[in-house]
Amino acid sequence: MAVSVLSLQRISKTFQRGTANENPVLRDLSLEVNNGDFITIIGGNGSGKSTLLNSIAGNVLVDSGRIKINEDDVTKIKEERRAGRVGRVFQDPLMGTAPRMTVGENLAIALRRGQKRTFKLGTNTKEQAHFKSLLEPLNLGLENRLNTEMGLLSGGQRQSITLLMATMKRPELLLLDEHTAALDPKTAETVLRLTQQLVEKDHLSTLMITHNMQDALTYGNRMIMMNRGKIVVDVSGEEKSRLTVPDVMSLFQKATAGDQLSNEMLFS
Amino acid sequence: MDLIVTATSQGLLWGTMALGIFITYRILNLPDMTAEGSFPLGAAVTTQLIINGMDPFLATAVSFVSGMLAGAITGILITKGKVPGLLAGILTMTGLYSINLRIMNRANLSLLGESRVTDIFRSFELPSQFDSIFLGLIIVTVVILLLALFFKTELGQAVIATGDNEKMARAMGITTNRTKILGLMLSNGIIAMSGGLVAQDNGYADISMGIGVIVIGLAAVIIGEVVFGNLSFVNRLICVILGAIIYRLIILLVILLGLNPNDLKLISAILLAICLALPSLRNALQLNFFTRKERMD
Ligand SMILES: Nc1ncnc2c1ncn2[C@@H]1O[C@H](COP(=O)(O)OP(=O)(O)OP(=O)(O)O)[C@@H](O)[C@H]1O
Ligand SMILES: [Mg+2]
Repeated sequence: MAVSVLSLQRISKTFQRGTANENPVLRDLSLEVNNGDFITIIGGNGSGKSTLLNSIAGNVLVDSGRIKINEDDVTKIKEERRAGRVGRVFQDPLMGTAPRMTVGENLAIALRRGQKRTFKLGTNTKEQAHFKSLLEPLNLGLENRLNTEMGLLSGGQRQSITLLMATMKRPELLLLDEHTAALDPKTAETVLRLTQQLVEKDHLSTLMITHNMQDALTYGNRMIMMNRGKIVVDVSGEEKSRLTVPDVMSLFQKATAGDQLSNEMLFS
Repeated sequence: MDLIVTATSQGLLWGTMALGIFITYRILNLPDMTAEGSFPLGAAVTTQLIINGMDPFLATAVSFVSGMLAGAITGILITKGKVPGLLAGILTMTGLYSINLRIMNRANLSLLGESRVTDIFRSFELPSQFDSIFLGLIIVTVVILLLALFFKTELGQAVIATGDNEKMARAMGITTNRTKILGLMLSNGIIAMSGGLVAQDNGYADISMGIGVIVIGLAAVIIGEVVFGNLSFVNRLICVILGAIIYRLIILLVILLGLNPNDLKLISAILLAICLALPSLRNALQLNFFTRKERMD
């Protein structure tokens, strides 16, 4: 039995609790993530995928249940204090970087993810040289633009850098929320391949939300499907690698039999 | 010539204040009204302490600390109390009005016959106003150097990141509540110190000397940006000072043209409104004078 890097024990989250709009988004959800798992997550709009990742990262605090990262109970710990363990990339390429800071400054912030900030110099030439060597293999010409403001880069460039930033200080968990959805297909593929490389290089335990079913099958060793705040399908290894897109669709239909609304959402 | 000397001497002292505004408005992305209370707070503290026999340099330093406290209150209201930023500043500013009156005991407190920081230049027998210019230059240089250094540290970079992209900052483990409070303290410390210096330059502290401080500070920041464009960090700070001097020049010219000094605030407000609207005016007119350049450090 492999070690759990992440253990979600019956977590629940309801938004607007106690109002007419009460919205239960996670319902008694449990999940064990093994060390080195690369899990793709699919599910209809509003099924709770983003809320799941937000709960793990701590910018949403769950109403009940327990969250453990590498055996430490982090259920009540704030986002900033979980940041040292968790690397994140969001859907919006503008979200993960500071636009008025330079590429080098952004990377230096990321190198200190989760560390206490002191009066020490924010970065130095040795670090910048290290950043350069990290940017070179991306083949985006970014290695010579360490002094360029982030806001001047394209979405794909920014998202690639965000990915570096989430992983350069090895996270215990990497959380990706549709991080290629806002990119054109070609750039999306480049960023996905970079994701794969970084995950493999450092054996990162990863959760990746995607709306692209083919990507959900191509990448990762395990796939979960969410519906109405619960995990309804969880396949891994051999079983996952044999699946095709039509298989996934029928799996989903079986799991949500009679749930017309969810079907429409997944296939829309 | 006289005009330029006056504009420079006042621009330097008020420009110091504008550096404080720059920290909240541009770095933290948080227009902070506390300035209108912390500026006279610094003036009141400095003046009262000098009258009570404290060394003017020490008194000016204490005014910095008093401003930091004011900034901390606004910061705590925003972060812990979840009060919207503008409102939090207005609350602190309003409260400070009473506190400033208590410190001064009256609406106007004169420094006539008391020692001031500019006294150190007395032995040089400088022409009038040049003592303020030298003092202003020294203060501005020191403040800009210290700010440039601070914003290069991990903590300073964390403050910049907080203002630039708070969500990213938190995801990177930056305690944004703390960096916001820190930035507000730094900003209001500088603004209060500048209030203390202006009081010594004017020879008195006045309860109403904070009125319009925000507009003056923002005008300096915006004029500096409009005139000099997109620059590296230290140069942006220097441009704030240049902006403050240009602003003073414009105001002095307006007075020379025979306009009523009572209309000054209105003129300041219109001037700032024009500067603030300039980018969208430019877009509307399809003029691209200033395209965003790459930053070279
Ligand atoms: N911070 C929040 N406050 C209130 N409601 C929220 C919040 N975050 C999410 N919700 C609600 O929770 C529900 C689930 O949202 P969530 O973003 O987790 O879905 P999702 O599976 O990621 O959907 P999508 O595929 O569209 O991204 C939605 O109804 C949403 O409106
Ligand atoms: Mg989502």
